[in-house]
Amino acid sequence: MNGSAEYSVVVENLTKRFGDFVAVNNVSLRVKRGEVFGFLGPNGAGKSTTIRTICGLLAPTSGSAVVDGREVAKFADEVKANIGYMSQRFSLYEDLTVSQNINFYGGVYGLEGSRLEERGKWVVRMAGLVGKENNLTRSLSGGWKQRLALGCAILHEPPIVFLDEPTGGVDPISRRNFWDLIYQLSHSGVTVFVTTHYMDEAEHCNTIGLIYAGKLVALGSPSELKTKLDAFSFYEILTDRPIEAMDALQQQPWVNETTIFGSAFHVSIVGQEDAKARIRRALAGVKITPKKIERIAPSLEDVFIHVIADEDKRSALARQPSIGASR
Amino acid sequence: MNVLPVIKKEFRQIRRDKRALGILVFLPAFLLVLVGYALNFDVKHLSLAIFDEDRSSTSREFVQSLTHSEYFDLNYTLTSEREIDAMLNSGKAHLVLRVPRDFSRNLLSGKNATVQILLDGSNNNTASVAGGYTAAAIQHYNARISGELLARQGKSFSPPISLEPKVFYNPDLKSAKFLVPGLFGLILMIVTVISTSLSVVREKELGTMEQLQTSPLKSYEIILGKALPYLLIGLVAATIILLCGWILFDVTVRGNIFMLYTAILVFMLAGLGQGLLISSVADTQQIAFFLSVFSSLLPSFLLSGFIFPISSMPVVLQIISNVQAAKFFLVIVRSIILKGTDLFAVWDQVAYLLVFVAVTIGVSSVRLQRDLNA
Repeated sequence: MNGSAEYSVVVENLTKRFGDFVAVNNVSLRVKRGEVFGFLGPNGAGKSTTIRTICGLLAPTSGSAVVDGREVAKFADEVKANIGYMSQRFSLYEDLTVSQNINFYGGVYGLEGSRLEERGKWVVRMAGLVGKENNLTRSLSGGWKQRLALGCAILHEPPIVFLDEPTGGVDPISRRNFWDLIYQLSHSGVTVFVTTHYMDEAEHCNTIGLIYAGKLVALGSPSELKTKLDAFSFYEILTDRPIEAMDALQQQPWVNETTIFGSAFHVSIVGQEDAKARIRRALAGVKITPKKIERIAPSLEDVFIHVIADEDKRSALARQPSIGASR
Repeated sequence: MNVLPVIKKEFRQIRRDKRALGILVFLPAFLLVLVGYALNFDVKHLSLAIFDEDRSSTSREFVQSLTHSEYFDLNYTLTSEREIDAMLNSGKAHLVLRVPRDFSRNLLSGKNATVQILLDGSNNNTASVAGGYTAAAIQHYNARISGELLARQGKSFSPPISLEPKVFYNPDLKSAKFLVPGLFGLILMIVTVISTSLSVVREKELGTMEQLQTSPLKSYEIILGKALPYLLIGLVAATIILLCGWILFDVTVRGNIFMLYTAILVFMLAGLGQGLLISSVADTQQIAFFLSVFSSLLPSFLLSGFIFPISSMPVVLQIISNVQAAKFFLVIVRSIILKGTDLFAVWDQVAYLLVFVAVTIGVSSVRLQRDLNA
């Protein structure tokens, strides 16, 4: 349990099985105090299971999670009292008013009297709900509900908050405002552990962990992760027949990956010399003249596609000749 | 213990949902009035039609002896045989009494006289009761005639055996006295099973249960906090039933009222356990509602002995009837309210209820725990 001063969350070799299904496979990660840790992955990759195990909602099959110096499996009650948790469903009582929700969650976390009153006022201000204290929660818009839910989760001023897809189904402006709140929390020393599948949100995190099929396949700051792709150069190509063009390029030994992006597609290439000419030549072979070939800086999305493709190749090799590997 | 915030919240939610609260509070009174007045097995004022072919003073006297009671209303006097069918077909008469032409002649000459009754058997209950009443009335008339005949011969007569029934606990044999205590089981089942299971599953559905599970609240605090308000509402509903039963149907509690409330509390715990069990299985409110109705409302209506006596059911149903709390509770409630006994007289039923409480609450908390470690 050493290092607990520096790290808010220490997860070591965490595994969670449901029957034969391995939802979380030997995940290890550390979250520094006061940082925003982004936990990414496609739906069903094990994000929620991991977060719920760290919060003490699920017991791990093996491995451990230590939150704020406390082993979760042993001290679940203490851990629960010292974290904030907000799920993607906002978890408010729609048939209660704003202040009744606040009072309820305050009571649950043992807040009383003047502290409850003071924290309640803070939440109302933070969520922009001044004057709406007696409105039914049902009548609030998504963005308001989201901020109120965050407020209820941090009423008791926990040093760590876990946000499980907090921005799902909320408009872009509310999403931006919500991230401002996350930064404020982080600046005041609160550790924020947030799951998302929005790439732009991921760019805002201090550290990112990418989970895929239960395994942690990438861990680091956004810029660190992008250096994984230093061996490749990225080009955006615009043509009328993107699918055929991608097929043609995929045949080339120097092409690493092609990915469709809107009306264009991205291609990653091993080495940089002469790249545009090589692409043109390969496409000319299938009688395609590209409208545009442009060198681009790789985005986090490129990183994740690269990492996940690598992971798929590795597991396909490991399981050959099984069929499921072609995913 | 940090149950208070949950209780407070639950009450606020119940109060917000005025419709549900209204149902919880007024349904008991409504059901009581409905069941008390409509579900009446007392067969009285049966519509009687007479086809008197004899038309003698003797036959008139005989008919009068029947129609004197409040059981029969002489509504029709028929003049031809054809009318009999029409009477029964149209449902105008429950029964037709046919007195044959030779009735008075046979009777006065000391021969055996016969009369015929034709019954509408489409309602078997009414028909069998009507048949019974007629038989009893004729027997009564027989005894009188025999007595008169013998008296005329200068002998005194008394029948060899005379039955003097004395009915305990419900001397007037009123259905309401039997049904009102039975309604307890039905109504308390609705309040406890349905509302507990729905209120837990609703939180599962909305995701607030997950939020509560990440909070320092322990699962027994959540369950207790959700259960106590409904137990209280159940007690209010029980009191309303008692008061209505007393005011409308003159049903008073003969036994100890505290013992009655103790039994009610134990029974509600059983309902609570059943509700929790359902909420540990069901993931949506719809499923929870159906499971609640099928597992509580129907059995406590049909298989508890509320209306239909368990002893006359097929053996299989008799065995199935044991897998519910209402059956045992009804025995307890009837004996406290009607017979005035205490809980100790029905200790075996109480013991069964306690077993039911322990099993349902035990299994549902194990299931809840397993959810955590799945």
